[in-house]
Formats: sequence, structure tokens, C-alpha cells
Amino acid sequence: MQRHLISAADLTRDDAVLILDTAEEMARVADRPIKKLPTLRGRTIVNLFFEDSTRTRISFEAAEKRLSADVINFTAKGSSVSKGESLKDTAQTLEAMGVDAVVIRHGASGAPYRLATSGWIDAAVINAGDGTHQHPTQALLDAFTMRRRLVGRDAGLGQDLSGRRITIVGDVLHSRVARSNVDLLHTLGAQVTLVAPPTLVPVGVHTWPCEVSYDLDSTLAKSDAVMMLRVQRERMNAAFFPTEREYSRRYGLDGLRMARMPEHAIVMHPGPMVRGMEITAEVADSDRCTVVEQVANGVSIRMAVLYLLLGGNEPAVTHTRTTEEK
Amino acid sequence: MDTQDPQNPQHDLPQDPPPSDARPVLEGPDIARVLTRIAHEIVERAKGADDVVLLGIPTRGVFLAQRLAAKLAEITDRKIPVGSLDITMYRDDLRMHPPRALARTEIPGDGIDGRLVVLVDDVLFSGRTIRAALDALNDIGRPRAVQLAVLVDRGHRELPIRADYVGKNLPTSLRETVKVQLAEEDGRDTVLLGAKRTAQQ
Repeated sequence: MQRHLISAADLTRDDAVLILDTAEEMARVADRPIKKLPTLRGRTIVNLFFEDSTRTRISFEAAEKRLSADVINFTAKGSSVSKGESLKDTAQTLEAMGVDAVVIRHGASGAPYRLATSGWIDAAVINAGDGTHQHPTQALLDAFTMRRRLVGRDAGLGQDLSGRRITIVGDVLHSRVARSNVDLLHTLGAQVTLVAPPTLVPVGVHTWPCEVSYDLDSTLAKSDAVMMLRVQRERMNAAFFPTEREYSRRYGLDGLRMARMPEHAIVMHPGPMVRGMEITAEVADSDRCTVVEQVANGVSIRMAVLYLLLGGNEPAVTHTRTTEEK
Repeated sequence: MDTQDPQNPQHDLPQDPPPSDARPVLEGPDIARVLTRIAHEIVERAKGADDVVLLGIPTRGVFLAQRLAAKLAEITDRKIPVGSLDITMYRDDLRMHPPRALARTEIPGDGIDGRLVVLVDDVLFSGRTIRAALDALNDIGRPRAVQLAVLVDRGHRELPIRADYVGKNLPTSLRETVKVQLAEEDGRDTVLLGAKRTAQQ
């Protein structure tokens, strides 16, 4: 049985809803004076970060500590990895230490999958972002935020996102957040539209379970949620689009565009935001923008995933991926 | 809670039907009567139930707590705060089974600090559920005192735990099961005593 969380595409609808419902209960722990549960006492979790990511790492760390797990943080910088140690050697070291779970962030797409399926290590593997491939807990926390805002905190229990229309805007080509979200939102019954300049749409996008548009304005009026992706300045020189201003004019979300969205619609962003480019300060600071909520929800979702994968003698979450597909 | 059913109403598989040879030991009117008695005992021991908070342990403990609260309200003419306390994350057998879906923990608005908390459950068996509940309470606040009310005490304690209010003492063998059914969840009120199914059956 699979006992890892590698890709949002591996989750069935029931598994995804179970994770969201569990996260809803975990969120209640955050409202208590003592924000701690004894559930993972005595379990060791390693946060194995080959790429810098302060947000994701501290979110996982907070979740692990709230469940009373022992946490080891490993960053590649300054470690034996920078001296040339391979992923296999690192994994075997962790295995020898008796680690129960590995939360891995890696620049190479597929590294967590390799770790989970190579037999180097017996621990559960949770993908915290691999290259341009997947970031499943981000997709789950986004879905959780949408369900809370669009369906309701209590009304949402047991519900999916059937019939909701979600627009994802920006650098889809380089975005594991977009890929994970398309997979999960489709599983949860939502209709997804990707909006991006033609140069930032990946090859083969027609096989994804979503629509693609190059025109943001025409999709806004029928969106329940608009998710802005980060445009990395370092990609600016690569001629994916003429200028920052041009991008901002066509694909940036400002107050005027936000006003065209339905009244209940929300604006999401995985952070960190580049204010003035993909999103204006006016939109980022409005009540409809859920960036801060997404951060809080991230801890609840990660607690739910860790509990469901590690809380028992076998995981509660099953996966659709079969061994034949390996 | 100490019966063998997975307790969660939302995600767990449907419960096994009670064994065909199960016989009722408490029926609807008996259950109403013992709850009335327990409510009176609570008022008597707590001298008016001024600071009583009822916390049911999901699933059926919550319904019993709500029924008790209604009866207490009748007797004392005051609204009695009632909530639910999910103990899943505090169980000592978590690592022996796949993780269960979580049920709802709902603490009444005024909290439990300095109050008399009465935990309510359907069946008292090994006592491990109550131990977990005491741990869970510890993380939520500091009650003045904690008492325990159960509909059925079937014995076989594995921990030094005793109920303050018992609906019915039911001496059982370990080869028997006790199944509580309540109208809110199962469509009827009854306590069934039956033989445990073996793996072959």
C-alpha cells in the first residue's frame, strides 16, 4: 500500500475530502490555549530541504510540533550534500537513524517519488515541492481555503468543490502549484481555467483536466476564486513576455479587475507576493484576498496529512496510483 | 465508546449490524428513566448543578449528554452548557490501527475552567477512553472537578477508573458485546447484549 503523499493526482475524492475534514478539526486546536496534541509522540520526522523555502518548512515544522513529533531540520546548504553526497546516501543515513517520515523539498521533479519507491528508506515520504512538478499540501490548503470561504466552515464538512469555477493566473509553465491545483480541484469536482501568456503555458496542457485562456478579463466574471501565481523576477530576462509592465497590464489583478468578479469571489495567492506586478496592493490588502488565511490553513492541512499518514499503524489515505504505473 | 464500533458518523464504514442473537437489556422507556435518574443524581451531588458542564464523548455520548442537559434544564430551570469531546488524538492504541477520522470537539463558550465537568459516554468498559478524555480535558482547561456518567457499565476495567453515575450495571463476559443504539443515530433506543462474532463468522 502507498503510504506517501507525492502528488495531488494520487488522491481520490474521498481521501481529499477526508484530509480537508480532518484539517477542519485540526484548525480548532489552533484556537486553544494549549496548541498541542500527543498524537505523534515518539515519532521522528525529518524536514529534508534541498531548496530554500522558509514558509513551507516552518509550516511543516509547526504542524509536526503541534502533533508532538520529534523534528529534525536538514538543509542542504552547508551539509554533506553540498560536498557531493547523493540522495541515496542521505536517505540511507536517515534510515539508519530510524526516521518515521521525511518531508522533502527538492529542485528536481520526481526526487520525492524516487525516495519513496526506490527502497532506500522505509519512512513515509511527503512531497513539499519538487521542481516544477507537484506541491500537494499547497493544493490541499488552497482547496481547504476555497471550501471554507465558498461553502462555509461547518457547512463544508464532507463536501467537495463541485461546480465551483476556479481561475489560475500567471506562470503556469514553471508552477508546481498550478499543476497540483489542477489535479486536486478536478478531483474535487471544480472547473479550472488556466490563464497565462502563451509563452508561459506548458506543452501538453491540452491533456490536463482544465481549460486554457489567454484573456484574463473574459474569465473574471464567472470565477468563484482567482488564484494569482508568483512571477519570478529572475525569469524576466528569459523573454517569456516583453516587459514587466506589459505583463502587469494584461495579467495583473488590480482593483478594477477585482470589481468585475462576482461579489462572493475570493482572490488567492500562494505567496510571496510581488506587489505591483501580479497583484496590486489594493487587492492584496482587501478582505477578499486570502493570503494570510492560506498560511494559517497550511498548518492545519499539514497536521491533517501527518496524522492520516503517521497516526496509525497504516495510513488512512489510500492512493489511486498502482504499482504498475511505477 | 468502548464497544467495538468505529465511532465516527462521517467517514467510517457503516457499523456492523448487531448479532442476530443479541437481546435487548434496556429499551427506550428504560433509557429515558435512567437518564432522568442520573440527572437527579447530578443535581443532588452538585447541589443545584450551578456550574455543571456536560461533555459527551462522540458519537453516542454526545446524544446522551444532550438528553441529560434537557432533563437537567427541566429540573433546575436553567440552561446547562453541553459540548462534545473527541478523544481520538489521545487514544493509547493509535499505533495499533489505521488512524480514525476525527469527530467534533466543541467546548461551550464559557470554557471549562473552574466548572464541574461531567463526561458522558454510552458504555464504560476498559476505562481507556476515559483516560484519554482526561488527557484531552487537561489540554483544554482546568475544571474544578471531573465526574463520569455512563449509560452502561459492563465491567472489565483495565485502569483504576470508576463512574460517578451509572445507568445500568451490566455484568458481561469478554465474549459478549454491548451495543447501544440511540434514536438520533440508529433510529431507535436500545441496549443490546450479544455474543462476539468470531473471525470465521
